[in-house]
This record gives sequence, C-alpha cells and structure tokens, in this order.
Amino acid sequence: PQDPRVLDSMLPYLTAYYGNPHSRTHAYGWESEAAMEKARRQVADLIGADSREIIFTSGATESNNMAIKGVARFYKSRKKHIITTQTEHKCVLDSCRFLETEGFRVTYLPVKKSGLIDLKELEAAFQPDTSLVSVMTVNNEIGVKQPIRDIGEICRAHKVFFHTDAAQAIGKIPMDVNDMKIDLMSISGHKIYGPKGVGAIYVRRRPRVRLEPLQSGGGQERGLRSGTVPTPLAVGLGAACEVAQKEMEYDHKRISQLAERLVTKIMCEVPDVVMNGDREHRYPGCINLSFAYVEGESLLMALKDVALSSGSACTSASLEPSYVLRAIGTDEDLAHSSIRFGIGRFTTEEEVDYTVQKCIQHVKRLREMSPLWEMVQDGIDLKSIKWTQH
Amino acid sequence: MAASSRAQVLRLYRALLRESQRFGGYNYRMYAIRRIRDAFRENKNIKDAEKIEELVNKAKANLEVIHRQV
Repeated sequence: PQDPRVLDSMLPYLTAYYGNPHSRTHAYGWESEAAMEKARRQVADLIGADSREIIFTSGATESNNMAIKGVARFYKSRKKHIITTQTEHKCVLDSCRFLETEGFRVTYLPVKKSGLIDLKELEAAFQPDTSLVSVMTVNNEIGVKQPIRDIGEICRAHKVFFHTDAAQAIGKIPMDVNDMKIDLMSISGHKIYGPKGVGAIYVRRRPRVRLEPLQSGGGQERGLRSGTVPTPLAVGLGAACEVAQKEMEYDHKRISQLAERLVTKIMCEVPDVVMNGDREHRYPGCINLSFAYVEGESLLMALKDVALSSGSACTSASLEPSYVLRAIGTDEDLAHSSIRFGIGRFTTEEEVDYTVQKCIQHVKRLREMSPLWEMVQDGIDLKSIKWTQH
Repeated sequence: MAASSRAQVLRLYRALLRESQRFGGYNYRMYAIRRIRDAFRENKNIKDAEKIEELVNKAKANLEVIHRQV
C-alpha cells in the first residue's frame, strides 16, 4: 500500500499545482520544477548519490531496460559481452535475450543452492570486451541478498560497469552507491510504499557512465529519458524515499520479528517445509516456503483471503514453476509447492497469525488427501517409484 | 513561545490516536496507532527543550496529514 505520508505529499500536485515542470516561463512551471528537484534530492539522499545522477522513469522495468540496453548499445563498437545471473527479474533477462538477437553475448551466471552467486565464477566470467555486470540486490521471489559490495569491488577492479536492480532493497536495507561501487541502480516507486508508475535510475557521473537513451524526444532528464516527468508521481517517490530512510530501522526490526514468528510457527507445526534461499543473507520481508507433497496452486486457492503468490506478480499468470526456484536447484515437485509470503511496513501481527493458522490448517488437509503423503508415511521413497507411462 | 508542557504533549498524543481511529483502511489504521504509540514511547525521556519542540511540531504536522485523509 501507499504510505499516507506519501499521498499527502502528492495531493497539492494533483490539484492546485498542476504545472509542467519543464515549462521555464511561468510560476506554475517553476513551482513544479522545484518540487521535482526536491524529490530528486530525496531519492539521491537515500542512496548516497548526487541529485544530478537521478533520472525519473516509469518504473524499475524501464530503468532496467535503460541500463542494460542503453549501456550495451553505447559501447557496442568495442564491447559486446554482458554478465548477469539466472535469478534476475524478468525484465533484465528479457532485455539480455533481446540484446543477444542484436549480436551481443550474454553470460547467465548460475547461483548456488543458497541463491547467492559464486564470486569466483563471476571473476572467471569476465572477458576483455565485457561492458556491464547486472546483479539484483535482493531477489523478489526468495528474498536472497547478494554480496553487492564484493561484486562492486570486483567490477571496479576489472573496469566494468556494475548495475544492480535495487527495487526490493531500497529503503529497506542501507544502500550507498559509493561504498558499494555501484554505477547504475534501478529504483521502483511502489516497492517502497510510493505510487505505482514511477521509478528512477541512478547513473554515475564520476567516472561517467554513458547510455544510449531508449526514449527519444525533447531531451528531458539530461537527454537520457525524454518525456514530461509526472510531477505528482515524482514527488511521491521522493517522499517515499525520505519516509523510508527515517523508518528503515523501525521497519526492519518489526519485519524481522514478524518473519521469524511466521516461519517458526509454521515450521513447528508442519513437517517437511523448506525455506528457499539462504537463511542468513536475506531480506526478512520476503519469505519463500515449499511445502512438500502439497500442490502450491491448491494451497493458494485455499488461502484465497490472504494476498499470497507462488512466484511474483509478474509471473503469476503462468503455470510454470518459477525459474528462480529452478535456478537454485529446487526439485520440480518442491518448486510447484512453493508459496511466497511478503511482510511489509503495514503488516500486522494479527494478519501473520491468521495466515499461519490458515496455512497450517490447509497444508494438513491437503496432505491428508495426497496419495504421495500416504506413501511417504508408509516409508516408501518417492524417488524410487517408477511411474507408468500412459 | 511557551515550552511544550506535559499536558500539551499528552493532548497531542490523544488527538493523534483519536484521529487515527477514523482511518477506513485496516492496515493504515493499525499502522498509525502502532507507530504513534511507539514513537511517543521512544521519545518519552527526552529532556532537551529544543528537541521536544521539534518533535511536537512533527507530531502536529502528522496530525494534519492524518486529518486530511480520514
């Protein structure tokens, strides 16, 4: 949900202050521009950047597209190689696939069982013509937090630009682009309790990162992203960043407690539950659990009064098990039975308890009905069964 | 400007909680009440007059925000 403080900051720009921030000649434009620049500063402060390095976009998907396609195309005369991981967000993977059709080579790094990448594999993947490395900070499906600082060091040493999709991490864990040696960062508005339809991209100025713009037009946003900046949305994003910075510690502590409560309660009551992703290096608010011998979709339908998903919003329409879970080596059957629990600033203890109770109840019920469960109870090893072909 | 007295702070606290009860959305209502309580509890031992005034002003601003949205 959007934080009420964010809505409050946006209200004047949806009503009285309706000027176009790029109009230089009248007061309506000047006040909108002032608000837009203030929002830019608020976003920059959250990540330790300079406000000139922040470009407003329509969301993290656009930012990711800009970063990957933009950098790759700008340097394409000399550099044709990109490194990314198998657990990235769909927009990153799709952009890379698109670039492959344009003649680029992409290395998709595998991840360990914990979901973290192997730094040695990353080192080995560099080639003399690598232009960009893209690794997301916190995974949106399993909540795993990559070692961004270390990756930044390695990229700096190889003189390769480092892009990170920080949509799930911003405002929830401290991020500093200079400390972590990040050159490009994607930011999403609605992931930090701001409005949907706005995001930002951080593009480093020293040393300068050059991009080929995706959107041509009037040269707004330093020529990198033409188009009128949506003042109310940008103001909302700025306010969301400022609120997130103030509330980061309080939220993190609370979310960790609620996450601990959820996982402990479920695991105590129900056997054969696996948490996907590293236990330690994670963001507590995104938990992915696999319930063995239970079909994920049936559990979701049973829990239909709770907002859960198996996977993420962008892949919820497809019935295939998540590629992220496959990348961390989850067995097919466990991948089908995974559920993602998201806990945030506005989640209450009551909601967690309700979810836990319903979850336990339905898992037990579904297992009673499951022939596989019966077989396991009788001590049969499921992997040894030869299923007949029809 | 009169120093923020204990009574004034308590009045603000009650006003904030009362206004928050009027939130239609369950999550907003619960968040507001919880956050207000935790924030006041956290700052209850501050003695510095300037800091107190700053916090009181912030609370007043937040009261306005809630008032606009309930």
